[in-house]
Amino acid sequence: MSVRSPYRFRPGQLLAHLVLLFLAFLFLFPFYVLLVTSVRTPQELFTPDFHWLPVEFTGLRYYIQSVTHSPVLTFMKNGVVVCAGILIVQLLTAIPCAYALAKYEFRGRDLLFATVLFCLTVPIQAPALPLYLGLNAMGALDSYFAMMAPFFLSVFAIFLFRQTFKSYPDEIIQAARLDGMSEGAILWTIVVPASLPAIAAFAVFSVTAHWNDLYWPLIVVRSNELMTPPLGLAYFTDVESGENYGALMATAAILTAPLMLGFLLAQRHFIRGITTMGLK
Amino acid sequence: MSAAVEITAIEKRYGDTVSLRSASLSVRPGEFMTLVGPSGCGKSTLLRIIAGLAPQTSGEIAIGGEPVDHLPPKARDVAMVFQSYALYPHMTVAENIATPLRMRELPRGARLPLVGRLWPGVGERRARIREAVGRAAAMVEIDGLLARRPATLSGGQRQRVALARAIVRHPRVFLMDEPLSNLDARLRVAMRGEITALHKKLGATFIYVTHDQVEAMTMSSRVAVMMDGGIVQCASPAELYADPRDLRVARFIGSPEINVLPLDALVTANAGFAPFAAEWKGAAHAAFRPEALSLVADAPGLAVACRVERVEGLGHETLVFLRTEAGGHPLTARLPAGAFALFSGDSALAHLTPDDVLLFDGAGQRLDRRHVTPTGGYAHG
Repeated sequence: MSVRSPYRFRPGQLLAHLVLLFLAFLFLFPFYVLLVTSVRTPQELFTPDFHWLPVEFTGLRYYIQSVTHSPVLTFMKNGVVVCAGILIVQLLTAIPCAYALAKYEFRGRDLLFATVLFCLTVPIQAPALPLYLGLNAMGALDSYFAMMAPFFLSVFAIFLFRQTFKSYPDEIIQAARLDGMSEGAILWTIVVPASLPAIAAFAVFSVTAHWNDLYWPLIVVRSNELMTPPLGLAYFTDVESGENYGALMATAAILTAPLMLGFLLAQRHFIRGITTMGLK
Repeated sequence: MSAAVEITAIEKRYGDTVSLRSASLSVRPGEFMTLVGPSGCGKSTLLRIIAGLAPQTSGEIAIGGEPVDHLPPKARDVAMVFQSYALYPHMTVAENIATPLRMRELPRGARLPLVGRLWPGVGERRARIREAVGRAAAMVEIDGLLARRPATLSGGQRQRVALARAIVRHPRVFLMDEPLSNLDARLRVAMRGEITALHKKLGATFIYVTHDQVEAMTMSSRVAVMMDGGIVQCASPAELYADPRDLRVARFIGSPEINVLPLDALVTANAGFAPFAAEWKGAAHAAFRPEALSLVADAPGLAVACRVERVEGLGHETLVFLRTEAGGHPLTARLPAGAFALFSGDSALAHLTPDDVLLFDGAGQRLDRRHVTPTGGYAHG
């Protein structure tokens, strides 16, 4: 029989799937422990033998505790404000900048782009001190603005969008010019809608990074009511929850949930975006 | 509704490379002018300069007698159809066609997505736009597709949408950049006829860019042949074929390609050409169309001994690819399909009348042939 069934796994594929399954387990296991710990008593965490399911199921008790006893909803609101603020300004600045770098010819463009690439290599820790001093001089420390300002300009977004816009057909842009559209209208109503997959991808990166960012809020924020999820979590681990790992895990689960949901939604958008983009 | 386009000494340089060198052309109002040439000859660049999409390095463009060099594309009253159709992928067909009108007729606020619908006082204009879109769509027979998106259309349908988008605002000049080259052969023939008919109906000036000489020959009032960034000859299709002013034009127009022989090769092949060659002073190349050759034994003209390399029967005619016995120069003969049997490897005598020969000098410039009285070996009948 030389004809092979196309439906049967070949050994290579089988191996690939085994590796993928192993990796999936590796990444999902801590998250599983988090979820399980949030619905069982803390003592179970310290028993020598491992149980896949809680021995004593506590239901939503720790979740209710978390919502009522800690400002978890405030943390989430702060996370949303900070992430949305950063993302919106990032898009408003990076999209026109990337479009100019991708589609206009002007003196110094290549140098500018090289500068963008160079900036990709600078971590936030490097300019942290001058930024802190600057915000302090402005009297802007301990505010939403202080948490957002350093990230308003994203060189990564400029780089990513420039690559996307560069592949956008010139002829459509030229047709729009002949049809009488302004450059701004061409960018925002013609090019951007076609680039939604890239924008969604960047939004996932940006929101994940800043939702989970502990470093910068830790530096510039002191007030409890301004704390973002990771900072709040870190703070309350020490102060209140103490040994109460159930409540801690429940809080962590609540704080991770929006990100998971957002990512799942954006993922659906990728797929739709890619299938509707199939116009050459 | 139509305007003359006057192109004066347009030059375009990108750094050191010259893409257009002093291209000049007068397009008459209502004319179907085709720019044809091999790829890289600058024809698309010239079209974009006329549209205002690319600035020229020097030279002037005037539309309807007015210089337009300082005007942006939208103010030039030209519409363009692109090779890739350049439809807006996220808009429906109707929205695509309506865009040029919306941009001109509706105030900025009314063009906003969503809230624009609530803009007061433009209802009547919106209705007019809808009507115009319907008319343009009907003209290219896509009225049934208005609600579809470009991605769901076939190439031919997209092409029609692009045409409708150009028609809808009645520009004075239509610019078309290889609009048929992405279509399959059958559709291309049909669209050729439709675009010609559209030109007649609209009466506007068309400037049509193509690399396909068949499109150029079949559609145009006049054809401008471009080579190496310059316009080599501008004439009616029939004139270009019968009376090319440049060897490159002669080679480019006509399929299969014109036969070109060094003059001395012709004399070597048949000494009967010697007296003519003596008359044809300064000529270096003799060129003649494939249909000027006859393989019938008693045909008029002087015989050139050849060997048959390949025979292509096309049904209504037969192409015979030959090689001269002396010198091995390739020749092509176009013969009515029919009653002779030739196979590769056969010997054949190709008869050529000196009157059918076009003469070119060493630089490829056409030489006007003085009338030569037949002498010597040249016999009628």
